[in-house]
Amino acid sequence: MKPAIRINGLGKKYRITQGTPQGSYRTLRESLVEMAAASFRRLRRSRTESDQMEDFWALRDVTFEVQPGAVVGIIGRNGAGKSTLLKILSRITTPTTGRVEIGGRVGSLLEVGTGFHPELTGRENVYLNGSILGMSKREIDRRFDEIIAFAEIDKFLDTPVKRYSSGMYVRLAFAVAAHLDPEILIVDEVLAVGDAAFQRKCLLAMKEVSHAGRTVLLVSHNMAAITALCDRCIVVTNGTVTIDSGPENAIRQYLQQSPASDLLEVVFDTHVARKGARMTRAYLSSQSEHSCRTIQSNDPLVINVQFRTEGESIRPVLGIVIKDIYGGALFGNNNRIVPGYDFDLADNGMLSCKFDRLPLLPGTYLIDLYLGDSHQDLHVVTEALSFDVGESDVFGSGKLPPRISGPFICPATWSLRRGS
Amino acid sequence: MLPISTKETELADEIVEAARSVPAHHDDALRHQTVIEPPRGWQFINFGELWRYRELLFFLAWRDVKVRYKQTVLGAAWAILQPAMMMVVFVIFFGRLAGVPTGGVPKPLFYLSGLLPWFFFSTALTSASNSVVISERLITKIYFPRLAVPFAAVGAAAVDFLVASLLLAVVTLGYVAAGQCPMPGWQLLLAPLTFAIIALFAAGLGTLLAALNVAYRDFRYVIPFLIQVGMFATPTIYMQPDGNEGRMVELLLVVNPMTSLVAAFRASVIGGPVPWIGLTISVGAAALIFVLGCLYFRKIEDRFADII
Repeated sequence: MKPAIRINGLGKKYRITQGTPQGSYRTLRESLVEMAAASFRRLRRSRTESDQMEDFWALRDVTFEVQPGAVVGIIGRNGAGKSTLLKILSRITTPTTGRVEIGGRVGSLLEVGTGFHPELTGRENVYLNGSILGMSKREIDRRFDEIIAFAEIDKFLDTPVKRYSSGMYVRLAFAVAAHLDPEILIVDEVLAVGDAAFQRKCLLAMKEVSHAGRTVLLVSHNMAAITALCDRCIVVTNGTVTIDSGPENAIRQYLQQSPASDLLEVVFDTHVARKGARMTRAYLSSQSEHSCRTIQSNDPLVINVQFRTEGESIRPVLGIVIKDIYGGALFGNNNRIVPGYDFDLADNGMLSCKFDRLPLLPGTYLIDLYLGDSHQDLHVVTEALSFDVGESDVFGSGKLPPRISGPFICPATWSLRRGS
Repeated sequence: MLPISTKETELADEIVEAARSVPAHHDDALRHQTVIEPPRGWQFINFGELWRYRELLFFLAWRDVKVRYKQTVLGAAWAILQPAMMMVVFVIFFGRLAGVPTGGVPKPLFYLSGLLPWFFFSTALTSASNSVVISERLITKIYFPRLAVPFAAVGAAAVDFLVASLLLAVVTLGYVAAGQCPMPGWQLLLAPLTFAIIALFAAGLGTLLAALNVAYRDFRYVIPFLIQVGMFATPTIYMQPDGNEGRMVELLLVVNPMTSLVAAFRASVIGGPVPWIGLTISVGAAALIFVLGCLYFRKIEDRFADII
């Protein structure tokens, strides 16, 4: 079967002139001066002057195919090139090298509410937005009632959109896009917007789109969504495709690739100036003082953070958030919550937080660190450390709760009383 | 496992139903084969694509018109009031104070018939030039033929023109009834023609400026100035050249396509000699600017999303 999307040798180059991307708008004067200076340089043939223009390849030699009906997740660090890839596929920007062949109509959701005008009513905006997304007026007419029903804004159809709450706005925008009915749907982080109920609706809608035989390309940082929706996952690192396999495998490799998974001790970059205070070093320990990486369920865990002030002494406050491998927060603590630990002024020292028992099931977990004083955060590092909880027989039965029930161990007792 | 409310399940079922009820457009898929490659060379207008997106053109123009008069008390009446008020200003200052000749035509009619095409041109040019920068959010988020943006702006200005021509019709008929002006004859056919050429000229120049404005924001200041100067550099709006002007005016009459276009429009409505030679030159100039404007725009449009 002919692939829905075929990408070959795709590359996108931006030119950076001394830190500003070239082509960001400038005045005529700047351009004229630049042209004169450039020709003057050429005249003098000075080779000692370094070229002020640098090439930045946002994407380089990307090649892959997507079959019709596939749901492909695209993940990667910020700045890896995911959005550039989507922009090229959505024809918003053109490639520098390579070739893309797309079979079918493409619907892009790079941002909800594209084309909404605040002065127009909801009804008018449905037509405008639908038209911008590529629907004909007839299609919009046909789907109008469904769109309004999906968005649940029947009462507010004829009020200007600027009066809508952000939730209504997002629902309406997604409602129009969801009824687009393109062969290929490209979605960029739309799931990050809206409340949990809305996100669930989006997920459902996308699932149905894929069941109807459409191809879906999804960029997200929400690993749970990627695992739930996609049957294939591509990891983009520094402009190239580094991993291309099933979602669980790809996510695991991606997380291992990122620095967080190697951190049991971290030394923070001291070159960055910070006001107030900074963390210099952090490490984990458990049964002994030594730094460690793996603990067992219900073991203690100690998080140690060395800090130093830059100037005045502070009353240090350290906040800790323990997260799962997908980045979802599980629980946290800080020394202001627990009575008796509102520390006095200090210039430097080692803050330690001890959890007597961590009731966590086996897996990899991440730690966010927030250093501050009583008023504000001064130094925040997300996913600064990570640790593993090893397999152990917590309940004594050799069995553990299934993954979908979450990461916590909460003991319970059971009884059965026979009869009715 | 978090339970989903029954309402949401119902909605989910509806979505499933809707998704399944629509057949996958397999034929369309073949028809809609798209190839994306690095841009090369100069391209003129992709007429097929613009035709496919014709409804979007209409919607963008409709949006501009609607938004312009939303939340105003007078609404579309402003399209009539502006030229009307300007006409009064001209009557006082050009007519009475400066005593500029109008070749025997009643002054209000003379000025109004010149102001209408000029207002259309200046509104179309101004909105078209700024259209791309204003539509920044659209252009960086979704694909559509970018030419639709300045073209839609010209379309929106055309709507204002049509509304204002009602006023012109009323005023003309008034003077005809009073016997001070001949009934428009076959020359009236020239009116839509001149209108179309002015539209072409405004679209071409507006498209060129729109593209330039994206890269060089200086043009945002240049345009209002251009319009101001342009008004005075189009003497046919406010006076009837009687052949006694110096070389300067003659030069203007040739170099500025609007002079002949305005004169031709007026002649079509109230009679009088049609400047055929000037008109032909203007047609050529308008077409040339249109082609150049579109070519330049198409060359730059691929980088809009990167620059804006």
